Amino acid sequence: MIGLPHFLLLAGVLFSIAVAGIFLNRKNVIVLLMCIELMLLAVNFNFVAFSHWLGDIHGQVFVFFILTVAAAESAIGLAILVVLFREKQSINVENLDTMRG
Amino acid sequence: MLTTILFYVFATMLVGAAIGVVLSRNPVHAALFLVLAFFESAALWLLLEAEFLGIVLVLVYVGAVMVLFLFVIMMLDVNLEELRSGLTRYAPLGALVAGIMIAEIAYVVWARHLGLNFPVNAPSLPEHYSNVHELGKILYTDYMLPFQLAAVVLLIAIVAAIALTMRHRTGYKKQDIGAQVAVRREDRLRIVKVDAEKYP
Repeated sequence: MIGLPHFLLLAGVLFSIAVAGIFLNRKNVIVLLMCIELMLLAVNFNFVAFSHWLGDIHGQVFVFFILTVAAAESAIGLAILVVLFREKQSINVENLDTMRG
Repeated sequence: MLTTILFYVFATMLVGAAIGVVLSRNPVHAALFLVLAFFESAALWLLLEAEFLGIVLVLVYVGAVMVLFLFVIMMLDVNLEELRSGLTRYAPLGALVAGIMIAEIAYVVWARHLGLNFPVNAPSLPEHYSNVHELGKILYTDYMLPFQLAAVVLLIAIVAAIALTMRHRTGYKKQDIGAQVAVRREDRLRIVKVDAEKYP
């Protein structure tokens, strides 16, 4: 029988894989953006699972808003990426040290 | 029983697709693995009776966001070999962090001895329950202001993306509204006195 812990563990595994992806892909900004999308997906999983098991639809409304904000975020991120590539001819994270951060 | 089998099938493919996103050599393959991950998630959300969100995930994410990702990947001409060079160096660190996080989350989520009582049985829904209907009822009443704000966020995203990627090239003809409005009569008009022509 599938219960709430199964879904929470699946979301946790998904989130951890995305975190590992951010560690692994230090050079490619596009894959970093994809890993952020995976993290948001994992968080949404928790919301949907709790919404189902608690019988409360407010969690799904929150997922709706998170999806909206994530779509806006990825659109702006990709626009910044395009501008960056036009300036530097590279999307390597290690070249992005202009601000000495 | 069928639900259990479906859950494990979809969950296995979801985790496999996520690993594919992280480890694949080519960004196009990573994007396609992410599309697969979104499809599996949509299927799992259908199992959780969140039908509207499952369909929205496919429509918005697979249909719009991932197409945008693929568009950008194919537009940028990146050197793949250079981008993958550091993968093995950071692999132990990434695996360690992921392992610790999974272990901690599993400890909390699976622990029976911590005294957490998760709801075992999901409340059963009435026969003519419509997920879209319920979501719409709450979204257009209680969440009216956040809903409008979400629309504003999307508008700002559109404006920001267009403003960021707009090229300011020199050397082409375009209208300058300020200059047109600020023009004065002396700049454009010259009154000349011409002697009357004599008829031969």
